[in-house]
Amino acid sequence: MKTSDKKAWLEQPANVDKLVYLVYLICGVLLVAEFFYEKHPYFGFDGSFGFYAGFGFLAYCTIVFSAKALRRVLKRSEDYYGE
Amino acid sequence: MANDWLMNPALLMMLAGLLAIRLPTKLLGPLAVVTPTLGLLMLCQLPNGEQGIVSLYGLTLTTLRVDGLSFVWAVIFHIAAILAGLYAWHVKDRMQQSAALVYAGAAIGAVLAGDLLTLFLYWELTAISSVLLIWANRTARAYTVGLRYLVIQVISGLLLMAGAIVHYQATGSLAFDHLGLDSPGGWIIFLAFGIKCAFPLLHNWLQDAYPEATATGTVVLSAFTTKLAVYALARGFAGEDILITIGAVMTAFPIFFAVIENDLRRVLSYSLNNQLGFMVVGVGLGTELALNGAAAHAFAHILYKALLFMSMGAVLLRVGTVKASELGGLYKSMPWTTLFCIIGGMSISAFPLFSGFVTKSMILTAAAAEHQWLVWTVLLFASAGVLDHSGIKVPFFSFFYHDAGHRVKEAPWNMLLAMGVTAFLCIAIGVWPEPLYAILPFPVDYKPYTSYHIITQLQLLMFAALAFCVLIRKGWYPEEIRSTNLDFDWVYRRLLPAVVKKLLAWMWRLDSAVRAVAMKAVHAVIEKVAQSHGPGGVMSRNLSTGTMVSWLSVFLALYLFFSFYW
Repeated sequence: MKTSDKKAWLEQPANVDKLVYLVYLICGVLLVAEFFYEKHPYFGFDGSFGFYAGFGFLAYCTIVFSAKALRRVLKRSEDYYGE
Repeated sequence: MANDWLMNPALLMMLAGLLAIRLPTKLLGPLAVVTPTLGLLMLCQLPNGEQGIVSLYGLTLTTLRVDGLSFVWAVIFHIAAILAGLYAWHVKDRMQQSAALVYAGAAIGAVLAGDLLTLFLYWELTAISSVLLIWANRTARAYTVGLRYLVIQVISGLLLMAGAIVHYQATGSLAFDHLGLDSPGGWIIFLAFGIKCAFPLLHNWLQDAYPEATATGTVVLSAFTTKLAVYALARGFAGEDILITIGAVMTAFPIFFAVIENDLRRVLSYSLNNQLGFMVVGVGLGTELALNGAAAHAFAHILYKALLFMSMGAVLLRVGTVKASELGGLYKSMPWTTLFCIIGGMSISAFPLFSGFVTKSMILTAAAAEHQWLVWTVLLFASAGVLDHSGIKVPFFSFFYHDAGHRVKEAPWNMLLAMGVTAFLCIAIGVWPEPLYAILPFPVDYKPYTSYHIITQLQLLMFAALAFCVLIRKGWYPEEIRSTNLDFDWVYRRLLPAVVKKLLAWMWRLDSAVRAVAMKAVHAVIEKVAQSHGPGGVMSRNLSTGTMVSWLSVFLALYLFFSFYW
């Protein structure tokens, strides 16, 4: 393996920033796309503007924060069961 | 044909499994790949319908039934066996190679079984053969975990047998067709299937056992047992409303555990549980689209889940651990494994052009068509969760994030080849779903690639990914730390033993109290006896010889006296 001191491309903070901006950009484009396609909602509420985008973001945050809360209750030491 | 029961790919696989016990070790790899390939060819030659009729003590058993439902499962089980065989090509351990073949054979036999007795026999055989893949680790921990796994699997089998007997007494038939939940027999069998399908609260054997099998063993385990259970539910209980609720709960609750779990193979086990939920919902909805969705999703799922477990197995082999807290930066050492893991992650997350996209959406669409808006919303929520634990967490913390400094070799060629082929299939199904759709149980009238579906799915996934970016950069994403997280198995691993221990302690106390009273009585009697019979007691006084002589003289004197005067 390479042992050079130079950090790999992916490890330079500026490049990580670039990747995150790319995600922002894709999300932006996907929101703009809301205006340009025909919707076939199943129920009605799922046809509102940016429903899937908002749902994805909020669902993700809900999952992560509830899991963090859950961890406070459920976390034990690694050898809790002594096996 | 009289001997057509012999034309069973399951028997071929099991025979090869027995052969593996004696074969030179260098032939084990080829055997594990060639056998399922031949089995698949054999399966494709079998005519539709019921064959392999065997009469046993007046019972008619159907050992081979090929129809729309069993065919899909039998095909994917063969493919999974081929890929797992290739992945484990280098393994010289007869126990694992033999067990994997018998296990896959038993699972294939079970989906081809046309009656409950044949199903039961194969059902138990999957349990007994698969536990060897855990024990093959040959550690004390693996032994304990395997034993726990085996007990639960055997209980499932016994319930199946009990249910089959009750069902037979009620209906006079052992045929494995729709059973339904309107009879006690049906409920018992439902419970048996539920255990193997890892229903909520019956699920912990999965997260307990799968991460403890060998690197290659977990790949095999992930394919068969639970999907066999989904098949059995689809055969026996399609359209049962309760399955919709059970399935929806199954998709949602494992997500939270997956987020905080450190062992990445355990994360994947929670993720497997969540994916089963989608299939169970499909079975519960019971419409043609939903059942097609369940079958297609099982097919795609076996591949991408195997791929994810393969990538983690490769990491385990090379690094020696799959704990997220100990990993990071592996993409430098294992670039191909990284790529394949990402493909597995994108497939399970259902990105367009990957397999999950064309299968999972069938189930969501079917739920929407049945106006199940709540279930649909839960499934959508779970889809965002899938992206987190399998799409992001598993690849991100093992191959990227903080470089943990591991400089290891890339996975061996056979593992890379197996992962490559599996990854290819994941993409192939996503790009060209028609061949898969063609073998589904019912005619397919479903178009996954509409602009609406593509855009909404991308929105869901990319905004969830956006949330990840925000959370991890803010430092709000939970750190990977070494820990054990309590789940329902705490009940039988801690609570129940503690209760039993308390109960036993209480019984011992009661026992000793009762015995103390009894002993007191006995002691009192002994005391009394000791008083009368003990030293100095009335009954044990030693009379001196002198006394005896004087009494003797008294008697003699009396004798003399009376003899003179009578």
